[in-house]
Amino acid sequence: MKIVVAIKQVPERDAQVRIASNGKWIDEQDLQWAMNEADAYALEEALQLKEKNGGEVIVVSAGPERVGSTIREALAKGADRAIHVVSDDLNTRDSLGVARLLAAAVKLENADLVLSGLQSEDVGLGQTGVIVAELLGLPHASMILHVEKTESGLKIKRELEEGWFQCIELSTPAVLTMQSGGNKLRYATLMGIKKARTKELRAVDAADLGVDAATVVVLEQLSAPKKQKTTHILQGTAKEAAAALVEKLKMEARVL
Amino acid sequence: MSIFLVLEESGGRIKKTSWEALAAAHRLGPAESITAVVIGAQTEALAAEAAARPVGRVIRVEHPLLANYTPDGFSLVLEQLIATEKPAYVVFPHTYQVRDYAPALACRLGQMLIGDVVAIEEGPRFVRQLMQGRLNGSYRHSGDGLCFVSVQAGAFRPDPRIDELAAPAPIATFTPKLDAAQIRTRPGEPFRGSEQTVDLGSALRIVSVGRGIKDAQNLPLVQELAAALGAELAASRPICDNGWLPLERQVGSSGQTVAPKLYLAVGISGAIQHLVGMKGSQCIVAINKDPDAPIFEVADYGIVGDLFEVVPALTEAVKAAKQ
Repeated sequence: MKIVVAIKQVPERDAQVRIASNGKWIDEQDLQWAMNEADAYALEEALQLKEKNGGEVIVVSAGPERVGSTIREALAKGADRAIHVVSDDLNTRDSLGVARLLAAAVKLENADLVLSGLQSEDVGLGQTGVIVAELLGLPHASMILHVEKTESGLKIKRELEEGWFQCIELSTPAVLTMQSGGNKLRYATLMGIKKARTKELRAVDAADLGVDAATVVVLEQLSAPKKQKTTHILQGTAKEAAAALVEKLKMEARVL
Repeated sequence: MSIFLVLEESGGRIKKTSWEALAAAHRLGPAESITAVVIGAQTEALAAEAAARPVGRVIRVEHPLLANYTPDGFSLVLEQLIATEKPAYVVFPHTYQVRDYAPALACRLGQMLIGDVVAIEEGPRFVRQLMQGRLNGSYRHSGDGLCFVSVQAGAFRPDPRIDELAAPAPIATFTPKLDAAQIRTRPGEPFRGSEQTVDLGSALRIVSVGRGIKDAQNLPLVQELAAALGAELAASRPICDNGWLPLERQVGSSGQTVAPKLYLAVGISGAIQHLVGMKGSQCIVAINKDPDAPIFEVADYGIVGDLFEVVPALTEAVKAAKQ
């Protein structure tokens, strides 16, 4: 099975994000970056499918030069090769624009399966994978926890709301967006890291893909969220704050 | 200008989040301009439910192949309806189902869904959260094409009044062309993940734990606090993903929705997916080392500090207060 996994590099989870001076994106200076978690689960599913059924795992990621470190991480975990869509203006493209880049970059691979995480931790629109399916003319399913290869295609487990699930059957080629938690993520081994250096990492300039860069949706302004409630922050040492909190919960909120 | 509102049902009733999306649609135009759309194999009762609300009219999109949701089926019939009716806006509740097909439908029309909207401002500008709820972004639809919007659960207050005296909105039926061969996925019956043994929904107090706990070995710390408070223990998604607590204890969009008297969040940053499951709680307390964590935006009380110091101190203080 030939599997393409689309991954995104996002600011590290605990990073202090600040709004850039133009107000339209975050200040990327001094940020630490990591592989988007749901994409890491998509990669894990791909690697396990390859281990069971044979085949090849190809990673694709769009973004500036820094994205290379996340691609290397994916190669170190076991992906066979990678495509880097080099783009310095990813954050000014809308989901449709980003999906157009990814679809154009992977189209000629003719993969049996294209996986991505269900959403990114930075922009969080959660639609790139679904749009890629539409652009490639392939069937899709989203929020998938497990993928099983069958004789006629795939049997997958999809998460529904409030603790419900559903199995879906579909034929390949197909596009799936993966939910987190379906597998245990692996770490890159030292051997894997060493091997990754020799694996193919093909850079493709976004401008050479010939896709429409026009946007239909524009992010105009970032701002700090307005507080929905007045939060009473209890000060002091852990012991003092704890005692003050119990007092408040008892006398003011009356919930103890 | 015409606004389409695509309603979603569950168990034969229109979902509450659909009425919240109606409240959002009212921000874009008056009730007369809103067309409520119900989709399925049998939509008569759903249409009647919708017609009693403040909408201009109701369209039933009905076909035997729409008995079970599929992304292909729903995209194809809405594409046909949109081509016939040419609305300016299509508004959805931001459900798992909408997230599954609306981006593909929008793409087919050269558009993009502005998803998970929490507010609609003058312009219109659509506000949605980024960076795990740490920032808000104001989005504008450019050009004069169709604008697709989905609305976050709990962000808009539905109008509970149903005017008994007002005449129900007119109902029309749209029969789409749909062929079984066009539906490329075969969905199975929904099933519950595991036997439900805890009912977090009826708990009076909940202590909920997140990533900040760092390791399964540290869980006794919060278990002791929960015991002292007489509270149920719950968790955010990553804790259940790691298998540290069973899935049935997960609070959030993929777990349970709770509204206890006291919700005490320990080491939970407060991603949107978690907040939608608990922000209706009567009193919310957050313990987190990051003063900018989004959980503090919904908290009534907060302690900014190291949970490994604060939680044991709090357990002691609760015990002392009981004596």
